Amino acid sequence: MLGEGIAKGLIETARNFLGSYVNKDRLTTVQYPEQRLPQAEATRDFPFLVYDGEDWQAGLRCVGCQICEKECPPKCIFIEKSTDKKPDAVGKPQFYPAVFNIDISVCMSCQICVEVCPFDAIKMDTAFELSTVDRFGGLLWDKARLAKPNQHYHHVHPTEAAEVDGRLAEERAKADAKAKAAAEAKTSAPPPAAPPAAPPANSGVSSTS
Amino acid sequence: MSTSMEASTPAAHQGFADATMIDHESDLLQISLGPHHPSTHGVFRMDVVLDGERVVKLKPVFGYLHRNHEKIAESTTYLASIPYTDRLDYMCSLSNNWAYALSVEKLAGLQVPERAEYIRVIAAELTRLQNHASTIGFLMQEMGASGTPLMYAFREREKILDLFEALTGSRMMCNYMRFGGCRVDLPAGWLDQARKTVDEYPRFLDEFESLLASNEILLARTQGVGVLPPKLAIQGGVTGPILRASGVNYDIRKVDRYGIYERFDFKVPLGEHGDVYDRYMIRMLEMRESLKILDQALHQITPGPIIDPKAKIRGFRPKPGEAYGRIESPKGELGFYLISDGTPNPYRYRVRPPSLINLTVLEDMCLGSSLADTVVIFGTIDIVLGEVDR
Repeated sequence: MLGEGIAKGLIETARNFLGSYVNKDRLTTVQYPEQRLPQAEATRDFPFLVYDGEDWQAGLRCVGCQICEKECPPKCIFIEKSTDKKPDAVGKPQFYPAVFNIDISVCMSCQICVEVCPFDAIKMDTAFELSTVDRFGGLLWDKARLAKPNQHYHHVHPTEAAEVDGRLAEERAKADAKAKAAAEAKTSAPPPAAPPAAPPANSGVSSTS
Repeated sequence: MSTSMEASTPAAHQGFADATMIDHESDLLQISLGPHHPSTHGVFRMDVVLDGERVVKLKPVFGYLHRNHEKIAESTTYLASIPYTDRLDYMCSLSNNWAYALSVEKLAGLQVPERAEYIRVIAAELTRLQNHASTIGFLMQEMGASGTPLMYAFREREKILDLFEALTGSRMMCNYMRFGGCRVDLPAGWLDQARKTVDEYPRFLDEFESLLASNEILLARTQGVGVLPPKLAIQGGVTGPILRASGVNYDIRKVDRYGIYERFDFKVPLGEHGDVYDRYMIRMLEMRESLKILDQALHQITPGPIIDPKAKIRGFRPKPGEAYGRIESPKGELGFYLISDGTPNPYRYRVRPPSLINLTVLEDMCLGSSLADTVVIFGTIDIVLGEVDR
């Protein structure tokens, strides 16, 4: 009979419409600004710089090695490496990024910078409501805006952050053990001519031991 | 004003002023459909010459979305091209990742661990499900069933995109596969969620079929429209569901057996007439076959490493040589041809996009049909302009 197929389709539509009154699963729309879905843990949008401790300038893990700048596919990262060294969170003198800018309007949230970073210094954030009326300054984020504490990293990606912290602690323990062994070897050998811990903000590229 | 058809076609490219003109002597009407037309799936233009309601000449015009993808890939590292492959066919970013990773693995001789192969199959088949769902949704939209079928399809697609987000961190620009494996392991509970989605999916297919499969308007508008003969399809280099709808048994999952596809039991659905209806039905049937593959893969997957330990993230330099990796993407044969000269950048990087090559038979399918059918025939090719223009 002509029209049978159309009637069959309409019954299907009616079933969905009436079903939405009894079955919550059929109401699939989320009324966004009022209702929000929980974000998946792996969600990523823009990068941030992780720092340890309280002071963001002292605690930045980034050493300005510029690997992420080179690997970034759309080239949205701009880094100027410092000429001097500053002590990092554990007191070891390190280079630091004098300038670290990310152009958020260019960034395509691909996470390549996170993967290539050998220091676990750059990670992906999950904040997404970032619209601004200033399209130049408001979208070019400097390191003050990018720096976020390690606690924030634990908050947005708990599993991943725990893994990274474990790995960093292991590396640090290994380095400490090595330094200790070297110090012991030195004390047992001739007079201890080794200088004390390097003074902070030692200029130039002088080695520390 | 030109009098012959041959003379009027080049004029259409001189500017928008000449885009529409009436030829009074032969009653031919030349119109420009697109580039900003809701039915063109992006910025795509068709120069159509009409005799009354019938199409006598059709010329696809594209390139509005050209982004220099291949040249950019030749000037950056191998790794940095993966996010750009997401943006080729932005509906199926995981398939694109796989095709590119496959050709680099051939080039560098990397071995993919078993778990990573399973994850790749699962990701690619989920991609096929959501691509075909949205394709038939858009197709119905173009035939005038505005809203309902597309919304039903998108409701299902949403569930699969949620899975992608939980796995890769992004819904569409997944950037997930790496040379020699995958970026991260499956998160806790992901497999259960995926099994649930796959188990519920047939309900949507049944619903969609009872919604439309016997609809008289749909049958009248699709059966016998836009026939693509198998011989022409093969000559045109057409691949994917369109080729199989014409009755040619060619599926790279069966022919090439890349990855671990030989382990799964699935059939390749074939059409008989090669018309719009067959191309619609072939996608419905392919979704059912994909569900079979997914069901097997989700139950066979075992724990293990997910990336080849020899694979390097920084300082990746494959030895000089060339490689071509291809997969059966939801739209057809997607291939990447690479030449390495031993530097961190590829010397040559070439994409074989299924959308572009399938588009070459558009004129042959549309000649003689009405303008309204042209839109529908174009919809069944299932192109994405990001891949056509690159």
